[in-house]
Amino acid sequence: MNFTYVILIPLIPFVVFLLLGIFYKKIKPAVSGYIGVAGLSTSALLSYYTAYKYFFVSGKIDGVYQTFVQKTTWMNFTDTLAIDMGILIDPISVMMLIVVSTISLMVHIYSRGYMKGDEGYTKFFAFLGLFSFSMFGLVLATNLFQIYIFWELVGVSSFLLIGYYYTKTSAVAASKKAFIVTRFADLGFLIGILIIGYYTGTYDFETLNNPEGNAILNWASTSFMGLSFITWALILIFMGGAGKSAMFPLHIWLPDAMEGPTPVSALIHAATMVVAGVYLVARLFPMYYFVEDGYALNIVAYVGAFSSLFAAIIAITQTDIKRVLAFSTMSQLGYMMLALGVSGYEGHEGLGYMASMFHLFTHAMFKALLFLGAGSVIHAVHSNYLKDMGGLRKYMPITNVTFLIAALAIAGFPFTSGFFSKDEILVAAFEHNKLIYIVGIFVAGLTAFYMFRLYFGIFWGKDTTYKHAPHESPLSMTIPLMFLAFLSLFAGFIPFSELVTADGIGLHGHMSFLTSLEAIHWDMAAIAITVGLIGIALAWVFYKKENDLSDKFANAFGPFYKWASNKFYFDEIYMFVTKKIIFKRIAWPIAKFDKKYVDGTMEGIGNKTVVVSEKIKGIQSGKLQDYAFAFIAGVVVLAMVFIYLWTN
Amino acid sequence: MIAGISIYEILTVTSALFFIGVYGFITRKNLISILMSIELILNASVINFVVINKYLYPDMLQGVFFSIFIIAVAAAETALAVAIIINLYRQIASVEVKDTEIMKY
Repeated sequence: MNFTYVILIPLIPFVVFLLLGIFYKKIKPAVSGYIGVAGLSTSALLSYYTAYKYFFVSGKIDGVYQTFVQKTTWMNFTDTLAIDMGILIDPISVMMLIVVSTISLMVHIYSRGYMKGDEGYTKFFAFLGLFSFSMFGLVLATNLFQIYIFWELVGVSSFLLIGYYYTKTSAVAASKKAFIVTRFADLGFLIGILIIGYYTGTYDFETLNNPEGNAILNWASTSFMGLSFITWALILIFMGGAGKSAMFPLHIWLPDAMEGPTPVSALIHAATMVVAGVYLVARLFPMYYFVEDGYALNIVAYVGAFSSLFAAIIAITQTDIKRVLAFSTMSQLGYMMLALGVSGYEGHEGLGYMASMFHLFTHAMFKALLFLGAGSVIHAVHSNYLKDMGGLRKYMPITNVTFLIAALAIAGFPFTSGFFSKDEILVAAFEHNKLIYIVGIFVAGLTAFYMFRLYFGIFWGKDTTYKHAPHESPLSMTIPLMFLAFLSLFAGFIPFSELVTADGIGLHGHMSFLTSLEAIHWDMAAIAITVGLIGIALAWVFYKKENDLSDKFANAFGPFYKWASNKFYFDEIYMFVTKKIIFKRIAWPIAKFDKKYVDGTMEGIGNKTVVVSEKIKGIQSGKLQDYAFAFIAGVVVLAMVFIYLWTN
Repeated sequence: MIAGISIYEILTVTSALFFIGVYGFITRKNLISILMSIELILNASVINFVVINKYLYPDMLQGVFFSIFIIAVAAAETALAVAIIINLYRQIASVEVKDTEIMKY
């Protein structure tokens, strides 16, 4: 089975990046847009071809999806431990290829309209190319180190794109915040990688994930503070994943990251980069599941559940539409994490894993659509705030309909894509952990509520009068919206349970586009649908027509509302900890010590040398005869000494 | 062998000559005088070569040849030194030692 050509999928965006980056000044904006779209289209077509070939032609051997690895040794640490570079083809990497290439292509097309007339148009497409390259590389990584390298690369591209409007102070601050917070999380990731390398002697996913392999069977051979070293490593790796996926308490960068251009938010902070954390846990899933009976996996589950609840509550109170979507993203990422956390490994037990990947897929589609729709609205209204919007359905019919579809999908309305994936997640949670199931159901209701609060607030509600009448966005922006709306509606019918499972064996044994429908557990689904509908209905009552009901409720909750709308003061807590404690009590004294004693010693040596040499430089008088005199005098003295020594 | 004159007397003369040269080298203000002092030092050593050869190994000629080499080298060296001094004179219109101290630190 030859998948060598897959390496082209990341390389083409990289070439686009180099081309646009190097000839930044020379390429006309119109051309650079086409170059970007053409590059991504090629990658997308190759991804689709790969997916077709893998899932339907030759990926299966005896009913089990195989893992194909092609790699070369890149760097040798010891005789046995080496870092490889290569590509790994298995169900989740192929699925991620489709997600990344589809969303990236849509965002490229969309950006041609959205960024029109922007000064850094070419630069923007160059950065998008860099990001796509890094993300493809991350997805295809064969070992922990390779994934770490691309992990940092997506971090850099995210940093560049958040700070794209670099003349805005808030954007610069946001990009720095995103970079520093995720870098801090990645420190844990790196330590985890090193621990794994030390105790298992390999970085390869294939070797690590083998359930009969050394890494998994021998986890108990080491221990540290009551847990196996491998468990610690997995927790630390999850810390890296939590940083990228904006899990509590490392979520603070995601809302601020909305300072970037909206297509970037759709691509990076909704659909692709932020799911890297989920992907990482899924990538190492057998390790998480088998080592120490899933201790680390439980942490994943609880962190995910808590984050999803936490973010959903904040999302209700936000007034910036992109921030609502940001917290919604965080909440849905928590959903994926908790699904992974409650999953087993084999057969039906592995439902959570499959549900998580399914939700990742559908979420990418409808959340990208929501962001692009929000971008279309912002493009028309020139504001991020709900108070400046209302009644837009008359002006923007396509955006209205596509946004509604996405909102229905995320709320889990029957037969939209989100319905299927959410149902699977809830079933998996119900079977393994009732507490998490209850959180999941509650969050599903909250999700439906805040999403329709947003929808009604933008497109219905009060009839705002606009200075410039808003108009529908150009075709380059609405085509991606329509395409993604189509996917949001029908992606749920993809027989995911047959394609993507933890052990590679399909769940139901036969594959058709109605498999998902047959797999629905209607009793479970009924609860979720009811909760979702209640959420939508509440939003309808509160926000469909302009009224003061919502304000009354906000007042009724009083301090709690204020607490939530300020994001539970987490930014302030972080500020307090970093500025008042770390900077002032630790960093400042150390800096002072460094300045005074370390620098002082070195500078003192230098200063003394200067002083001494000033004093003695007169010896070099330039008078030849002085030198001759010194020389001869020296000879005479030496001669005396020798004569004295000889004669005694 | 020179009748009536021992090697000590001749070496005394050459030593005097040598130290006169050294004294001149250190005290003279004029570059030409310094050059002449160097010649005195050289000549003192040349005489030493000849005399010691004559008194200690009368049947050999190495010392004599060596002195001829030294004279040739000294001539070349003097020519070089005079060329430098002339060039210096063209630059600063002086051959005084005190005027050539500008190369210090």
